[in-house]
Amino acid sequence: MWFQKNTKKAGAIIALAASAALVLSGCSSSGDSGSGDAGSGDSGSGASVTFLPKNLGNPYFDTSSKGGEAAVEEFGGTFNEVGPAEATPDAQVSFINTATQQGVDALAVSANDPQAICDALNEARDNDVKVVTFDSDTNTDCRDLFINQADAAGIAQVQVDMITEQIGDKGQIAILSAAANATNQNAWIDLMKEELEANHPDVELVEVVYGDDDDQTSFDKTAALLQTYPELKGIVSPTTVGIAAAARYLSTSDAKGEVAVTGLGTPNQMREYVEDGTVTEFALWNPEELGYLTAYAANALVAGDITGAEGDTFEAGDLGEYEVGADGVVLLGDPFRFNAENIDDFDF
Amino acid sequence: MSATTTSTRTTGLRPIAEYDRPLWQRLLLTRETAIIALFVIVVVAAAVIVPNFGSKITMTYLLLDMFPVLIIALPMTAIIVTGEIDLSVASVVGLSSVLTGVLTQAGVPFGLTIVLAIIAGVLCGAVNGFLVTVVGLPSLAVTIGTLALYRGLAVGLLGTTAVTDFPAFWTDLAKEKIGSTGIPVVVILFIVLLAAFAILLHFTRFGRGVFAIGLSPEAARFSGVDVGRTKLILFVLSGAVAALGGIYYTLRYGSARGDNATGMEMQVIAAVLLGGVSIFGGRGALHGVVAGVLLIGVLGSALRLANVTSDVINIITGVLLIAAVVSSSVLAAIRSRRKSTRKPRLVGTGPGNA
Repeated sequence: MWFQKNTKKAGAIIALAASAALVLSGCSSSGDSGSGDAGSGDSGSGASVTFLPKNLGNPYFDTSSKGGEAAVEEFGGTFNEVGPAEATPDAQVSFINTATQQGVDALAVSANDPQAICDALNEARDNDVKVVTFDSDTNTDCRDLFINQADAAGIAQVQVDMITEQIGDKGQIAILSAAANATNQNAWIDLMKEELEANHPDVELVEVVYGDDDDQTSFDKTAALLQTYPELKGIVSPTTVGIAAAARYLSTSDAKGEVAVTGLGTPNQMREYVEDGTVTEFALWNPEELGYLTAYAANALVAGDITGAEGDTFEAGDLGEYEVGADGVVLLGDPFRFNAENIDDFDF
Repeated sequence: MSATTTSTRTTGLRPIAEYDRPLWQRLLLTRETAIIALFVIVVVAAAVIVPNFGSKITMTYLLLDMFPVLIIALPMTAIIVTGEIDLSVASVVGLSSVLTGVLTQAGVPFGLTIVLAIIAGVLCGAVNGFLVTVVGLPSLAVTIGTLALYRGLAVGLLGTTAVTDFPAFWTDLAKEKIGSTGIPVVVILFIVLLAAFAILLHFTRFGRGVFAIGLSPEAARFSGVDVGRTKLILFVLSGAVAALGGIYYTLRYGSARGDNATGMEMQVIAAVLLGGVSIFGGRGALHGVVAGVLLIGVLGSALRLANVTSDVINIITGVLLIAAVVSSSVLAAIRSRRKSTRKPRLVGTGPGNA
């Protein structure tokens, strides 16, 4: 009894001390990072640019931020990346507000919702923050520039071309997309439908499913598609998470080599599936270049070289000169097709 | 051994045992005081350490962001005090947001839209309450189900689209500040709701019934509390307030979407528990809950301003929550130990009973 009592008391004290330490460490870690960043205001001659992707921990945005950081280093600005863990607009709003409070020169955003973050972005602009959207746009009146990775028509076209070539222009296909309300994905899908109807009468699009840019969800949706449509000839996934999950499922299933998978993917994610024959060809722009161009555009805005008006031109480092098109859109270029012949030339 | 440690909870005599201490000690030892103190410390520390934190705009953003969590935490507190839980609140936010969008799109006057969206929230809450009190299912199971059901309805109604066109008067009102104070106008609505719930929970017979149910539903029933009716009312209130949160959410972001406020139920429940409400029921107070919500909000805001990534913010919030819950049970264990060593009581029917 005595012994039991004492251990219990000691246990309670240890637990209390441990919890106090946890609370304290929680507070002090905020303090540490706060003081660490206190000095990083406007160092260097270039602009301070904060990248705000749809969410963090997404390899696609890791790559675009890498490009952005490289560009910021080149022009001597301050780079920062912030973002929510979940790709939701309300979480993005609090990060936009934060950037406004910090008084950064420019904010590079991939929008989770074209409207929901508008007020926050305009408030940032009222406080002299230049706003550049990339990858996924907002309404045009909420930002100064949109850096378009490739125009929707080009992306829809290359995906329809790839899938119809791979299945012999005949049979059932399905689309595995990201979130049901992802602005860019839906625009591409609509254009793909138009193109299929107009020029590929023997190809039937049976269903569009949504993997929410989640690996497991996309994997499961692929399995469900193959079960529901035994005659399925191909899957188009216009999202890097989706195509990799679909390829991973197919690579170990009986349908390997029977069902074509194509869409938009990154070389590093797709390399093994191209090598083992699951995937013939897929396409993408270079997200690193997208981030790079975005940062240079932001810097040009901050420096006052451009205002975002149609016809404005600016230099984007290694990428050369770019011109602002209608509605403040800057086009990165045409999509690029990756296949067994060229995939080893890329590393992202 | 185990009989003495479990006796405090089952008898519900803990508050009485505390009166042998001076008032200041009792105040210092409450969870609410501790959490309010922690809140003040974090605010002061953040204002000193984190650049750009100590400004009026920080408070404005914070209150705008936390408003739905603040109001939904009020009925949630009462529900958790009875020993139940409502996990469907964020889905009700999403559903009422979508309804607000659909009705506005259909040309319904906005005043009527608000009424209809709140009625929908009341119905959602009534379904939860019916299943818990009349059918007798556990609220955890019921509201996990309706979490999926209401979210499904919300996403189903609007599909992949979002409604973004709302009357400017209302969207402006959702973000309007009181004069030059920087305090959002919606805070008035929160204070009204807080006052109403504080009176209901802490100063009425109904409220005493809520706490009695949490301590012991059987004892509450024997002393004349209508357990079923009380719980049903609380679930309905929860639905109604969640719907109000959904309308606000829609107006603030100018976007009605099926996936609005996904995961918000966890923010609400975390804040309520941090605020000192016992997950086992029977214990809690609204001032602690308000401090809990604001503490999580301030912490997130300060860490974001310090450029801490959101996964680290989640880790810190999680650790804080666990620490708060652990420290409360440790304190309770110490209290019961002291009490049992001071004057052993005869509780239970004998050794081996527990």
